[in-house]
Amino acid sequence: MSEMPHAPAGASDAEASEGRVYTVSGEDWDEIIAAANEAGDFESGERIVVNMGPQHPSTHGVLRLVLTLEGETVAEVRPAIGYLHTGIEKNMEYRTWTQGVTFCTRADYLMPIFNETAYCLAVERLLGIEDRVPERAQIIRVLLMELNRISSHLGGIAPMGLELGATTIYTQGARLRERSLDVLELITGLRMNHAFIRPGGVAQDLPPGALEAIRVFDESGRRLLDQMHTLIDANPIFIGRNKGIAYLDLQGCMAIGVTGPMLRATGLPWDLRKSQPYCGYETYDFDVPVRDTCDAYGRYLIRMDEIEESLKIMQQCSDRLAARGSSDSDPVMIQDAKIGWPAQLSLGPDGLGPSPQHIAHIMGQSMEALIHHFKLITEGFRVPAGQAYAAIESPRGELAAHVVSDGGTRPYRVHLRDPSFTHLQSVAAMCEGGFLADLIPAIASIDPVMGGVDR
Amino acid sequence: MSGPEQPPEAGPDETAGNLPARLGEERLNAPVVRRGLFGIQDTPDTSGYGLLRVHKALPLDSPRPYGSYFDEVADALGVPDAIERVVVDRGEITFHVRRERLPEVAVKLRDDPALRFELCSGVSGVHYPEDTGRELHAVYHMLSITHNRRVRLEVTAPDADPHVPSLVGVYPTCNWHERETWDFFGIIFDGHPALTRIEMPDDWKGHPQRKDYPLGGIPVEYRGAKIPAPDERRHYQ
Repeated sequence: MSEMPHAPAGASDAEASEGRVYTVSGEDWDEIIAAANEAGDFESGERIVVNMGPQHPSTHGVLRLVLTLEGETVAEVRPAIGYLHTGIEKNMEYRTWTQGVTFCTRADYLMPIFNETAYCLAVERLLGIEDRVPERAQIIRVLLMELNRISSHLGGIAPMGLELGATTIYTQGARLRERSLDVLELITGLRMNHAFIRPGGVAQDLPPGALEAIRVFDESGRRLLDQMHTLIDANPIFIGRNKGIAYLDLQGCMAIGVTGPMLRATGLPWDLRKSQPYCGYETYDFDVPVRDTCDAYGRYLIRMDEIEESLKIMQQCSDRLAARGSSDSDPVMIQDAKIGWPAQLSLGPDGLGPSPQHIAHIMGQSMEALIHHFKLITEGFRVPAGQAYAAIESPRGELAAHVVSDGGTRPYRVHLRDPSFTHLQSVAAMCEGGFLADLIPAIASIDPVMGGVDR
Repeated sequence: MSGPEQPPEAGPDETAGNLPARLGEERLNAPVVRRGLFGIQDTPDTSGYGLLRVHKALPLDSPRPYGSYFDEVADALGVPDAIERVVVDRGEITFHVRRERLPEVAVKLRDDPALRFELCSGVSGVHYPEDTGRELHAVYHMLSITHNRRVRLEVTAPDADPHVPSLVGVYPTCNWHERETWDFFGIIFDGHPALTRIEMPDDWKGHPQRKDYPLGGIPVEYRGAKIPAPDERRHYQ
């Protein structure tokens, strides 16, 4: 390994003394302008370098933007990331394949279900069990993914309003988002970091009352969505701030690797759910919303339309689940004693744990089941050596897991190809030459989540 | 009548050569990748698997036909001298490309009308310390929206000379992905416009996702029992 000379943190003395340094601590803008005027910085046409972030309310997370400004025009913008790097990929190499779900769900924390699904699909491909995952599990996966797509899109649209100074957009969006999180919490037990999708199926069946909660959510969701459309769509300020802003055409998207709503805002109906279906998406009836404006407003409209499409898919999921009825003979985990997690959790007098039937089975009836239970829980299952790349259509674009196995009980390497990471590269292409104020809707229209960017 | 010529008196070595081959015997000379069943060296292994030796597997090389659309892609790609081997596994195709020919192959993949891999999903590094002389792998995933196809490219570089040509000129999206792979694996992408660290601080030492870089962590005490840090726990192979 090459030894790097240890550089001091922060700017060196030479860097700090080159040019004039102003320390901005908030509410002192007048003093800084006065000082800059006095020094003649504005008359000489000097460029000002501003560090926006990493703790800035409108950068959509711990993102730092190094801006070179000429007056109000952005001459150069360089996003600096890494403030939320937690080593998720490295950590996964030291846990079993099933435990890996607990880590990757934390990457992009607005779309945990998608992180889990991408990883599990890759593991299932390595195991060669893609066709043996029970249909009920696939329906629950689709249901949860679409529910998560709604909460994620609202988590993008609502703060976008807040960053533009429109609190009502935020409260409207957050109100609907809360309801979607309530349903997620009812089904998985948590609002985020679910670790619910597992290799071979899902962790649990739907609890009683889940389908009713989805029906109620569907009704209130459509009503709140209508209100948001009425509030935002034709709002002259919102249109003024977003229409024609953050322009990125198809060619730019292809070069920078941009997918998802940003790509569909250029008029290309590319959606992996349609083109390379997984989890049975080919059997659902839904449309791919497309706009051809290439701007922030088009992306907003696509996200709103996708929420409606997601509601449509969720409706179909809950119809199918209702038609399947009781789940006793309808498993949610692969029926393979060497892979499928053995116990379904149930609530006992001493808290949540393996179901009493399962305990009775392994302790009283089947020695083999006990051995499988012990082996799966202590060391986990083995995955044949090889590599797989599973890509899914996340709310932000192509989310993929590149998973490498050496044949052991732990992943040899997991790489999450996160759309936010890729898309943040487009900030310079979209914002350089524009106004500083337009940078805010541009970033918001990418909808980057730093947890996914930094992993 | 002269029968078939009798072989001369066979020496002990040649007698051994006449014995039926044992399954997998040809791999006995391959380097040992691991011993035992558990990743434990310091304490005695009472599992009975302590003498187990696992030899390195031969590199895979899939024969034609590859099936699916893979044959079409391979035919259109051509350049057989740039591709070391092709692996078709679990419905995915991997072209192992000689590293010096990577940009040429990428340009062909992007521009050839029969290929049209417009979108590169970026680079993923993998570190194989046991794969002597080819320790560092850079894996690229390409997507063709025109034909709705995917392929994977894999290039290798030794630890001693960790250089791979940059693909930023062909696929600008590789910019940050290559910086990330440099940051985490120490692969130097020649021709990258600004190969600096991206996730770790600028003054960080080492490349954290290499296998020789420890995970770190401290033991945790829980109800009197001390649980070691994750990378020091017993694990199963």
